Amino acid sequence: MSWVIEAENLTKTFAWVPVLNQVSCQIAAGEVVGVFGPNGAGKTTFLRVLATLLRPSTGKLTLFGASPQEAHVRRRLGFLGHESFLYPDLTPIENLTFYGRAYTVPDMQTRIATVLRQVGLQQWGNTVVRTFSRGMEQRLALARVLLHEPDLLLLDEPYTGLDAQGVAILQSALAHMKAQGKTIILTTHDFAFGLELCTRALIVDRGRIAWESDGHVPSVQEFIARYHSTILHSAFRIPHS
Amino acid sequence: MWALLWKDVLLEIRTKERVSSLFVLALLIVLIFVVALGPEQVQGPEIGAAVLWITLVFSGMLGLQRAFLIEQERGCFSGLLLCPIEPGTLFLAKLVGNILFLMLVESVAAPVTLVLLKLPWSWSLLALPLVLFLGIVGFSALGTLFAALTVRTRAREILLPVMLLPLLIPLLIAAVHVTSAMLAGMVWTGVWLRVLLAFDVIFVVTGWLIFPQVVQE
Repeated sequence: MSWVIEAENLTKTFAWVPVLNQVSCQIAAGEVVGVFGPNGAGKTTFLRVLATLLRPSTGKLTLFGASPQEAHVRRRLGFLGHESFLYPDLTPIENLTFYGRAYTVPDMQTRIATVLRQVGLQQWGNTVVRTFSRGMEQRLALARVLLHEPDLLLLDEPYTGLDAQGVAILQSALAHMKAQGKTIILTTHDFAFGLELCTRALIVDRGRIAWESDGHVPSVQEFIARYHSTILHSAFRIPHS
Repeated sequence: MWALLWKDVLLEIRTKERVSSLFVLALLIVLIFVVALGPEQVQGPEIGAAVLWITLVFSGMLGLQRAFLIEQERGCFSGLLLCPIEPGTLFLAKLVGNILFLMLVESVAAPVTLVLLKLPWSWSLLALPLVLFLGIVGFSALGTLFAALTVRTRAREILLPVMLLPLLIPLLIAAVHVTSAMLAGMVWTGVWLRVLLAFDVIFVVTGWLIFPQVVQE
């Protein structure tokens, strides 16, 4: 089995407070993993560690069988976080041209046109990003992530700020990536959207993986019951430091 | 590196925030000196050199911070760190950008300073752009490093000058000596020119080497 992610006892502390606590997991190529959990559970920190934006305090992380600090590993990652990573005083085409050059995307102009069409922003290509609504900026951030066709997609609450059309665009893009055999990890509070795509579900609470689906992804109703019991259980078993 | 530089130049052309504010600040500092020293008086080369470099350092510090502040909005700095670009290359791109913008400002501010301070013309002044360039390289190398270090702190406006100015002292002593000699009509300024060169080499190489540690969370 070729693992895209191998995490071994990952711990991340901020000012001596553990936000991730001995997290271990292995994720194979082509898996779509939904990470669920309450606010402050450590989902974002987990994703930022996987995206190489945070270095774990202890533990070992391997991506595509190599050190996550290698430039060729980062070339295969796409991260959509709470911030868009877009320059508000540049237009979508200028932003994507910059990222395209940084990732050395071949046939860049065609690729930019394709991703802008994919997120429904083709007519806004020359408008500065500062004038965009939150939803439009989130769509453009998705275009930025898709631009270099990453093998591992890390999405932190990607549905934030999207209207119904935006959600449909995102769902379609993710389904396409899944069909291409890309690995996707997403965090969301929307169980229905998250579970629709997942091949595996994780519940994170207090910096630990508190529950993991075994083989099949439960229905939304089943999952909600499981989620609440896991959070309750976790609250009593692991005291706050 | 060129992609990063292209982006910074494009942002500057679009917003015109950096060069225009640097230029206005440089001009104001020079005017304050002119008024304080007496507008009717012809100044000596030592005073002229000191004013030139004080102006450059204080206006330049504003530019250094701006170079990284544009990366803070919308978390763009994280976007840069995610790119398959070596952090050393990121340092070099920001350094070249800072040198470019400061040279642009000085190409106007330096002649204005010489005129307002009524410094006499001499042929040795033709070498002044070279000295300014050498000084700006050293200043920008050290400044880019410290601006990256302080930009994510809340007290960055205070921290940058407090950390940067003491380390700039050797550069400033050398730059003022060389400039003052040039303003006095001498071209070859011996050891101070070598000090300037050594400062540049040391801090460009140091910055390139330790930048990955500076930007790492």
